Amino acid sequence: MKPSAEQLLAAIRGLPLPKVRLMEVCGTHTMAIAEAGIRSLLPENVKLLSGPGCPVCVTPAEVIDAVLTLAMEKNLILASYGDMIRVPGSIPGDSLQRRRALGADVRVCYSPMDALDIAEANPAKEVVFLGVGFETTAPGTAAAVLSAAERGLSNFSVWSMLKTVEPALRALMAMDGFNVQGFLCPGHVATILGEEGFRFLPQDYGMPAVISGFEPEDILLAVYKLLRQIADGAPKVENEYTRAVRPEGNPLAKAVMAKCFTPRRDLWRGLGEIPQSGLGLREELAAFDAEKKFGVEIPGPAKTACRCGEVITGRMDPTGCPLFGSRCTPEDPVGPCMVSSEGACAAWYKYSDQ
Amino acid sequence: MCLAVPLKLIEIHGNDAIGDAMGVQRKIRVDFIPEPKIGDYVIVHAGFAIERLPEQQALEDLESWGELDEALR
Repeated sequence: MKPSAEQLLAAIRGLPLPKVRLMEVCGTHTMAIAEAGIRSLLPENVKLLSGPGCPVCVTPAEVIDAVLTLAMEKNLILASYGDMIRVPGSIPGDSLQRRRALGADVRVCYSPMDALDIAEANPAKEVVFLGVGFETTAPGTAAAVLSAAERGLSNFSVWSMLKTVEPALRALMAMDGFNVQGFLCPGHVATILGEEGFRFLPQDYGMPAVISGFEPEDILLAVYKLLRQIADGAPKVENEYTRAVRPEGNPLAKAVMAKCFTPRRDLWRGLGEIPQSGLGLREELAAFDAEKKFGVEIPGPAKTACRCGEVITGRMDPTGCPLFGSRCTPEDPVGPCMVSSEGACAAWYKYSDQ
Repeated sequence: MCLAVPLKLIEIHGNDAIGDAMGVQRKIRVDFIPEPKIGDYVIVHAGFAIERLPEQQALEDLESWGELDEALR
């Protein structure tokens, strides 16, 4: 029989542990933890942090600025997942939503394939899809690019802001003052990468790692397993989400991703430039690379009072930001962590369970 | 964007398919699912099925819950 949340909490409370800090790196975990009020249920010695797992939150303001500039090009349709639409660049309030009011043609897509259909229906216009996300959205974006090549859609291109989890976690762990004793690994990224995608954590860093699903009981069980590993001093990768994650991941998805993308340096909010952490389009697919097609240039780092960068690296709770709840709210957000429902600040604000 | 939903495949045409969740139907792609079949449950992420939810693994999950239950007694 499935143990109840109460039983799991009792097991967690029963473990003799000093103060530990655990980090999740997935927007869906951020939301699920806040929604179920898991932080308030855990004993005081266990702190759960939200790391760089929300795709729009890790996109720096200066990159958003460049997106806003591109959106104003004549005869161009910018297609994006809904999360990006309200994210402001370096000027508060300046977002794709505002640019749309100023005449930009911005369309919301559920799937990258929707952007392909838009391109087919608008042959006289250029359609640029903003490829945002991690290994979970990268295979679908790759399939869309390869499909555009097959269909000969020359007015379709992708601006890839896609990122990979491993280099970011390595950069995070190399930061001064990094203080986390275990990772709650993202279940759906692991669906693609497999358990093997997280082996570097115990192998190279002695870091406990548990792949977790998204129900409150999944998360509590993963927390229990992490604490157990810490108590036993035996770091390893455990898979709590076996109903969706195989040891080797999804080889078909990995193959399509590799056919379309190649690793390149990328910019992350809060983490800066990380080598090999982004996925750029392969040279042979340059015709579908929006950055090349439109000569996209990223301006210098933007100045902002928003502390999202510190929040998503575990150095500050959302409430530590001077803008939180006053100048920055979900209705009038300054930073991406307050815009996206998956953002640490938005989840914290909405459920205020901390 | 990272919300993945389990859908049941009710139609398949090559890499295009229709997934159903409690009567709500959605056009999805099944490029990453080897030999998809009608009735399969898949996890869908931004319009693409990223994994099948096999019955056996779901059962194994239940077993692992059982082990923990034992440990808690």
